[in-house]
Amino acid sequence: MSEKVKVTIDGITLEVDNGTTILNAARQIGGDIVPPAMCYYSKLEGSGGKCRTCIVKVTKGSEKDPRPMPKLVASCRTTVMDGMEVLNITSPEVLEARAGVVEILLINHPLDCPVCDQAGECDLQNLGYEHGLQKTRYEFERRTFDRIDIGDKIQLHMNRCILCYRCVFTADQITNKRVHGILNRGDHSEISTYIQQAVDNDFSGNVIDVCPVGALTDKTFRFKNRVWFTKPVDAHRNCDHEKCNGKVTLWYKGEDVLRVTARKDQFGEVEEFICNTCRFDKKATSDWTIEHPTHIDDTSVIASNHYETLKPLHVIQPNLALQAANEIELHKTVKY
Amino acid sequence: MLKIEEQKPVVFSSELLAKFDDVITRYPEDKSKSALLPLLHLVQAEFLWVSTSAMDKVAEYLKIQPIEVYEVATFYSMYFLKPQGKYALEVCRTGPCCLVGAEKILDHLEHKLGVKEGEVTDDGLFSFRGVECLAACGFGPVLQISPEYTFYENLTVASVDKLIEDLKNK
Amino acid sequence: MSRKLLLEHINVPGINTLEVYRQKGGYRAVEKALKTLTPEEIVEEVKKSGLRGRGGAGFPTGMKWSFLAKPEGVARYLVCNADESEPGTFKDRYLMTHIPHALIEGMIVASFALGAKVSYIYVRGEMMPQIRILEKAIAEAKAAGWLGKNILGTGYDLELYVQPGGGAYICGEETALLESLEGKRGNPRIKPPFPAIAGLYGCPTVVNNVESIAAVVPIINDGGEEYAKIGIGRSTGTKLISASGNLVKPGVYEIELGLPVEEFIYSDEYCGGIANGKKLKATVAGGSSVPVLPANLTLKLANGEPRLMSYESLSEGGFATGTMLGSGGFIAFDEDQCIVRNTWNFSRFYHHESCGQCSPCREGTGWMEKVLHKIEHGHGKMEDVDLLWDIQRKIEGNTICPLGDAAAWPVASAIRHFRDEFEWHIKEPIKSQTQNYGIANYAAPIEKAPVTEEK
Repeated sequence: MSEKVKVTIDGITLEVDNGTTILNAARQIGGDIVPPAMCYYSKLEGSGGKCRTCIVKVTKGSEKDPRPMPKLVASCRTTVMDGMEVLNITSPEVLEARAGVVEILLINHPLDCPVCDQAGECDLQNLGYEHGLQKTRYEFERRTFDRIDIGDKIQLHMNRCILCYRCVFTADQITNKRVHGILNRGDHSEISTYIQQAVDNDFSGNVIDVCPVGALTDKTFRFKNRVWFTKPVDAHRNCDHEKCNGKVTLWYKGEDVLRVTARKDQFGEVEEFICNTCRFDKKATSDWTIEHPTHIDDTSVIASNHYETLKPLHVIQPNLALQAANEIELHKTVKY
Repeated sequence: MLKIEEQKPVVFSSELLAKFDDVITRYPEDKSKSALLPLLHLVQAEFLWVSTSAMDKVAEYLKIQPIEVYEVATFYSMYFLKPQGKYALEVCRTGPCCLVGAEKILDHLEHKLGVKEGEVTDDGLFSFRGVECLAACGFGPVLQISPEYTFYENLTVASVDKLIEDLKNK
Repeated sequence: MSRKLLLEHINVPGINTLEVYRQKGGYRAVEKALKTLTPEEIVEEVKKSGLRGRGGAGFPTGMKWSFLAKPEGVARYLVCNADESEPGTFKDRYLMTHIPHALIEGMIVASFALGAKVSYIYVRGEMMPQIRILEKAIAEAKAAGWLGKNILGTGYDLELYVQPGGGAYICGEETALLESLEGKRGNPRIKPPFPAIAGLYGCPTVVNNVESIAAVVPIINDGGEEYAKIGIGRSTGTKLISASGNLVKPGVYEIELGLPVEEFIYSDEYCGGIANGKKLKATVAGGSSVPVLPANLTLKLANGEPRLMSYESLSEGGFATGTMLGSGGFIAFDEDQCIVRNTWNFSRFYHHESCGQCSPCREGTGWMEKVLHKIEHGHGKMEDVDLLWDIQRKIEGNTICPLGDAAAWPVASAIRHFRDEFEWHIKEPIKSQTQNYGIANYAAPIEKAPVTEEK
């Protein structure tokens, strides 16, 4: 078997390592072609497949078996085969199905962005803007849960949870003992410890960073500020925790460090998990060696004008056929 | 979220633990977590419900985290996470049984026992609830009584009345 | 009388015991298989038989077996799916209650064919009486040397265990079943890998329905070719049909595939017609997940030809005018039944049983139930019907496992064929609380399509 396989996504062909998923192949292309991922997290084994926002259409299975796949597939969990052809943003069927998933994800969501600490860096908010409807067709009472503290530094606001399971995988894989999990089933499912119990572990704070929504938030930052008023700065310190390299992002308001998070890559995933001491206890500039302002790309409203226009991919610009296929997207003045 | 002080510690008898030991032999050595569902059934048969302290003990026995037991016990519908009547009547409420009168049986039980679905009668003898399909659609309406899961088919109001009298006099 | 392969001796007193089962020729298939056939030959016979999975999906059993990976030094497992929980289906319970040894015999033959040394029968937890029956029968079989070490002196070892479920419809989905058997929540796995490559404990595994495994016994006894002679086209053999609803004689019937639906409903050999002299309004032919059909399309194809009880004939016309054989759960509705109410009831079932892992099913099933509840109880609006249609479309095909489809199809088909009944509920919010829409034209006979000349 050859090491590299060829895949075509929205008309763009590239070669990737055997075993790469469609989503990760698209991430290698980058730009708007990358399917949104609410539950998949490349650093967490077993994640993905659940939220269904990254669904794409496989129009050709592979060179060997060119039949199309009968259903839309989760790109985060479908491995690329040699010669596979995939449609993402060039397929109206995919866009419609994705809009459906977004609508469904929002029917029980409280839409309390104005009072939610995650607003401005929320994957669900971004998704809602890009693919959602302007209104809801859901007219029933939304599901509610009590807010609970899991430990003295983390608050669980279950109403906002989309059950991506990332925090459960994090507790399983990054910490040595998991005390929270998914309880009940169906739309009664909730993240919980079942009995009153603190999530107490050197690495527990990482569940805040992996949470795609405002379900798990940092109590030390709670209501301190809106993220878009804060200035992120990359910094490091000599952390003595064996598994923490002390590389973080500090979020400043004026002279004060309001919050410390792990550094995130362009897909919103943390680069390295950090320990709770770095996250919760080191909030003075003197604790840190400052590197430089954090690069903020357009996955966040922290960068301006993100929701206003679509920048055509450089691969699309010179290609007339692709321009035609993307016509609707390209001529939108507002991107949703 | 449960308040921990509501829970009383439980003691597993040596007979119960012997049953546990027997169940565990069914699986490969490092796969004893497979015994979780059968063990919870054994616990429920003994105590008529599954308390948090019992779940913690099961976790200890299987050498897994308590949350792994809570996750499972809350997923499956058969485990009672709060005390029920001595006889917990479960009536099928799914389509085929409703075609032949299951809803009438449920209404009648509420009236006859004087409690709402999920509540326990004052004498502690009965509780009832509607459950989803019990795979006896051709013999509906049907009900089962835990912990033995004895089955009663082709129910009528009269046969339900008789069943309740029989259980009271047992 | 049609041929009976599984239920031939159902009325023999004591057939649940090993002794009587043996007297009636039981365990011949084990002797034949272990002493005279190789595992490959058994798989070949099952392939020849054309047997298709009896749990609902209808995938050829022999083919499923041949996909099983056989890496050196890795255990292989056979797991029997006795989680029977599709509303309308109760054949497996019936078979296990009355002839437990038929399943055990099939398990031994199939385990031998697949090279499994340990096999499990995963029985839904609510069937505690059946679990006790099976455990007793296994003990009997083991004491008589049909299970355990060195069966019949052939050197083949097999241990067979019964595993109870905990009450979850989703565990009938094979990967959810395996998760449950591993002591976890019954969340279906994301495929690939399929169980044939990585199933129970990560080992190659085959999961088969009770009836499929029991059917292996007559296939081995009489040969796959004999079995394939029964039935029609690619629907070979006999099938257990669970008949429920408003029938004179509901119950479990073994039919030869290809029996006309009309004969199944009305003949005295089977259901004996509709109870209380009423008329048939609609049916769900293969368990609650399959599309509901009005009476006329139940009995006839869209072209007026009779519809038959077979995989192909029931699905003739696609979802526009057809349905599916599914697991063989045949539910009949008489003229007094309300399709809206039943659709709501089924919807509540799927809402209750969704595992909650993927978003379209977790949120969508609840949404559908709420809208249907509203319409059924006289608070619906006209646009709710279109909304329902749209929700089911957003669930179907977009979920990890087929539960999403199973929840969507009953709603879609009810709107497709009974839209006027939904609209009547909305237009007559008060009347619909005390009266039924009735049979309308749902039983209007379909005329045979005139033969058109080829142009």
